[in-house]
Amino acid sequence: MSYQGKKNIPKITSDRLLIKGGRVVNDDQSFYADIYMEDGLIKQIGDNLIVPGGVKTIEANGKMVIPGGIDIHTHFQMPYRGTTTVDDFFLGSKAALAGGTTMIVDHVIPDPGSSLVEAFDRWRDWADEKACCDYTLHVDITHWSDSVKQEVETLIKEKGVNSFQVYMAYKDLYQMTNSELYEIFTFLGERGAIVQVHAENGEIIAEEQARMLEMGITGPEGHVLSRPEELEAEAVFRAVTIASQTNCPLYVTKVMSKSAADIISQARKKGNVVFGEPITASLGTDGTHYWSKNWAKAASFVTSPPLSPDPTTPDYLNTLLSSGDLNVTGSAHCTFSVAQKAIGKDDFTQIPEGVNGVEERMSLIWDKAVVTGKMDENMFVAVTSTNAAKILNLYPRKGRIAVGSDSDLVIWDTDGVRTITAKTHNSAAEYNIFEGMELRGAPLVVICQGKIVLEEGNLHATSGSGRFIPCSPYPDFAYKRVKARKQVTKILRAVPRGMYDGPVSDFLPMSRGGGSSARTSPTKQTPIRNLHHSGFSLAGSPTQRGVVCPRVSIHVVVLPPELIFLV
Amino acid sequence: MRGSNQIQTRRRRNRASGTSVIYDPGARRGWRITDTDSERLLIKGGRVVNDDQSCYADVYVEDGLIKQVGENLIVPGGVKVIEACGRMVIPGGIDVNTCFQKSYLGVSPVDDFYQGTKAALAGGTTMILDHVTPQPGDSLLEAFEKWQEAADRKSCCDYSLHVDIPQWHEGVKEELELLVQEKGINSFQVYMAYKDLFQMTDTELYEAFLFLKDVGAVVMVHAENGDLIAQEQSKILGMGITGPEGHPLSRPEELESEAVFRAITLGNRVNCPVYITKVMSKSAADTVAQARKKGCVVFGEPITASLATDGSHYWSKNWAKAAAYVTSPPLSPDPTTPDHLHTMLACGDLQVVGSAHCAFSTSQKAIGKDNFTLIPEGTNGVEERMGFVWDKAVAMGKMDENQFVAVTSTNAAKIFNLYPRKGRIAVGSDADIVIWEPEKIKTITAKLQQSAMDYNIFEGLECRGGPFLVVSQGKVVFEEGKLQVQQGTGRFIHRKPFPDYAYQRIKTRSMMTGRQGVNRGMYDGPVYDVPPTPKYITPAPSAKTSPTTHQPPPIRNLHQSNFSLSGAQADDNVPRRSGHRIVAPPGGRSNITSLG
Repeated sequence: MSYQGKKNIPKITSDRLLIKGGRVVNDDQSFYADIYMEDGLIKQIGDNLIVPGGVKTIEANGKMVIPGGIDIHTHFQMPYRGTTTVDDFFLGSKAALAGGTTMIVDHVIPDPGSSLVEAFDRWRDWADEKACCDYTLHVDITHWSDSVKQEVETLIKEKGVNSFQVYMAYKDLYQMTNSELYEIFTFLGERGAIVQVHAENGEIIAEEQARMLEMGITGPEGHVLSRPEELEAEAVFRAVTIASQTNCPLYVTKVMSKSAADIISQARKKGNVVFGEPITASLGTDGTHYWSKNWAKAASFVTSPPLSPDPTTPDYLNTLLSSGDLNVTGSAHCTFSVAQKAIGKDDFTQIPEGVNGVEERMSLIWDKAVVTGKMDENMFVAVTSTNAAKILNLYPRKGRIAVGSDSDLVIWDTDGVRTITAKTHNSAAEYNIFEGMELRGAPLVVICQGKIVLEEGNLHATSGSGRFIPCSPYPDFAYKRVKARKQVTKILRAVPRGMYDGPVSDFLPMSRGGGSSARTSPTKQTPIRNLHHSGFSLAGSPTQRGVVCPRVSIHVVVLPPELIFLV
Repeated sequence: MRGSNQIQTRRRRNRASGTSVIYDPGARRGWRITDTDSERLLIKGGRVVNDDQSCYADVYVEDGLIKQVGENLIVPGGVKVIEACGRMVIPGGIDVNTCFQKSYLGVSPVDDFYQGTKAALAGGTTMILDHVTPQPGDSLLEAFEKWQEAADRKSCCDYSLHVDIPQWHEGVKEELELLVQEKGINSFQVYMAYKDLFQMTDTELYEAFLFLKDVGAVVMVHAENGDLIAQEQSKILGMGITGPEGHPLSRPEELESEAVFRAITLGNRVNCPVYITKVMSKSAADTVAQARKKGCVVFGEPITASLATDGSHYWSKNWAKAAAYVTSPPLSPDPTTPDHLHTMLACGDLQVVGSAHCAFSTSQKAIGKDNFTLIPEGTNGVEERMGFVWDKAVAMGKMDENQFVAVTSTNAAKIFNLYPRKGRIAVGSDADIVIWEPEKIKTITAKLQQSAMDYNIFEGLECRGGPFLVVSQGKVVFEEGKLQVQQGTGRFIHRKPFPDYAYQRIKTRSMMTGRQGVNRGMYDGPVYDVPPTPKYITPAPSAKTSPTTHQPPPIRNLHQSNFSLSGAQADDNVPRRSGHRIVAPPGGRSNITSLG
């Protein structure tokens, strides 16, 4: 049918498909049923369906039929210092389909200072031209100002973006201060968006990097040495604190270490609305490879936060994923060629960051978590697809096999074994960080937008067939609790007291901060320059005079007048 | 090793004894001593309680030192004998956190070194460590000297000083070095709160930690996230909440635990001991305890207020009462907090108890009557400290008497390198001794306190346990409820850097963490050509600079649009690299890129 003539046949909206004899697996239950699809939507589910004639029928033979995977974190065609990642939207989404993922969510990264909307439009152009599966976009907030606020508002209301990423790392580039984070979280929390954070303490990283380089460590091992996992855990802790203060749902991208995952699960136990996203790399491999003697191999593992050198990390993260403490999985697929990575051959801080994983994601989770008995097939669907759809407010259109949902489905072969190697993968990268790994579980048939794109090992992807799926704000999955809590916090009230009418000690005026700071008190205080104070003598107390007078003179000299600290 | 340590700490600079200080313990007895160092005391029949064991023994004191401990001591005649009658004889308390001189907006606290140390002695505390709080821009050294001068003139018990670092810059380093090497200071406080005033960024904290570790000092941290506090304060004020309840509302306890976590992370990175001043909430204490379980060298200091009362009083209808409780971090509104902190203190997860005594009168507190952010911060507690730990922890069976001695005295002496001169009853130690009365019941009230304050945050609380008799510098200063002190008798106690209690592990770890790069052959493969702008300039001094420094003007790839892939090519496997010089040879891979 339509999947063959990709060049000449215009978009066909009328293909009809019937999957017979499969076991439909959703995140809540599994049952045997046939599925009938038409016009890219699931039309009927059940036994003995009445379908029109001439429908293509796929015999599932009792195999699992699952909602197509959603990779919630990719960087396809990402520009980096004049170069671009080797997997563009076509290659990237093709690799996604080959792995059973039928929707990707890419990150728009505007240059600091540039327009968010323009960057968004640029990314959409690239993706519309090339993507071969449905996609949507996160927008990264790389700087914060009033104009950015406007643009964020536009993106939410008009462009269909409901998730924004902020950075706690990349000092002097993307990094936000705590105050900025607070403002952003408040702003996004009021508008129903999801705040994603790249959680690492950028300031300490900068110090550690300088120290490593000073020690003569310039290879990729410096990357992980300068970004120890506690810096990740610290930033996660801080992000959770800020989110809880601002009553805003938090999404931690790239959970790479045990301690970061622990912080998330602790916070969830306390009732915070926080989601953690481990990625293919952190679930499948570890950071010991940074010490590889082969520079190119070591460099291919460079990503931030780095893979943890603790080899028990993947197992632990898979456990937390199974228990529901971590919720979604991405790949953070961002591939650079060896030559591109070699930009940092003499200085690990210059190595472009990113690993592959979009194609391996689903199989890897099946192999590491389901085959080992950590999670069941329903949980597998939840963490690879359903939860992501819920967070993005695309559920039940995506992430579920139900009447009316998009027909993005995968027939999953639980026993298919394949060996990962760069020779056969769909990515254009020369390296695969999972090289040599044998993974059990693979997609047998992939149906995307109602069309068969993978069958019998043959991939039939059509460049540009992917649609942008707009996401609406206030996803229930994240915001129902937040809304209820907002009601509760309105109760915060001042205590009604009689006026304090006792004596008030005489004191010097204070201005604690620069005029623009959030602290409102100084402005109230400044007009009351207590000029007679210097003449006011506490005669009996020479020490006090000693305290006050010299300081005044020092400060008047040293600091601009609004910064005088008189204590 | 203990001996050598003792000799080192013995090198004291006794300013007070240079002049002839007249000590008059009571003319009614008809004797008057003009030389301070000549009093001889024998404490008979007491149970000597140290942090490690308790034993029945007599203690003989001469020249301000403990000369003999044991039974059937041979002592000279004419010695004053104190019958302890089986009571506990414990090392005098050490209050690790007081602010007797910390002024706020030109207003000095009502308890100066005289009033404050008097209160300390009345509560069984024979040594205080006060915070020197210079303002940003002040010289640390000058501030230190001013504090020392005031304390030498007024203090009635031995004291030492912590110095707070209000700002981090190169010039501070020299002063710090001097303070450590010559002035006998080994502990410095940094602030993570008080935005735009004392607050340091993570980078500054990192550098400060690194420097202080190198000189062997204990880093004390005021742990609260100042950025978030500033935001919350403006939010709370914007909601029309201006009373003292705004104080805890704008400083919720998670801001404290967040900062504690961050401080510990920094301490770990730098491999430096971290001391958290004023542990006020359960979650902050839990964070400290967890870090200790992971092996971090971190100490936590709850204070009298957090151990004995809670933050529910901030909602009092009486403004003056509510304002009295204002301190930072605030008391937790969770009423189970004191109990939890005592439990942690008893099991060793928290180590020392301070008071953070900083007394402002009601009219001084009223500076912030219309705006809670202006209320001077501080609570009382120097006098009540030991009593409440006894009442809430020992009398409740959480803690034994030895642990009581540890948390009120010995641990502090160890952390700040005063041990065993202070914090222990042993031959050669200073004669700072308390005879403790476990059953004495006292009701706390402002009317009977030594402090000059017009209120007491523990007003009306009953406290079991208190000092029966206090000996400071070998002299009886508190007996039968009466205080007999003399201003200026307190000596400044020098403290050496690198306290073993904190630094022994650190030193070993420093030796172990030597890191090496991997020896590889040179990478000789192709290298992608990039514009020379670095990704991020690591030691860039500026905060977020404009995009101009980092982003090359967008390279408009002009020929990109002309380059046609003539429709989507499914088989077009080669990634599009338009406009880039391709350095990697197509197809052929250099040997270094093969998987190894």
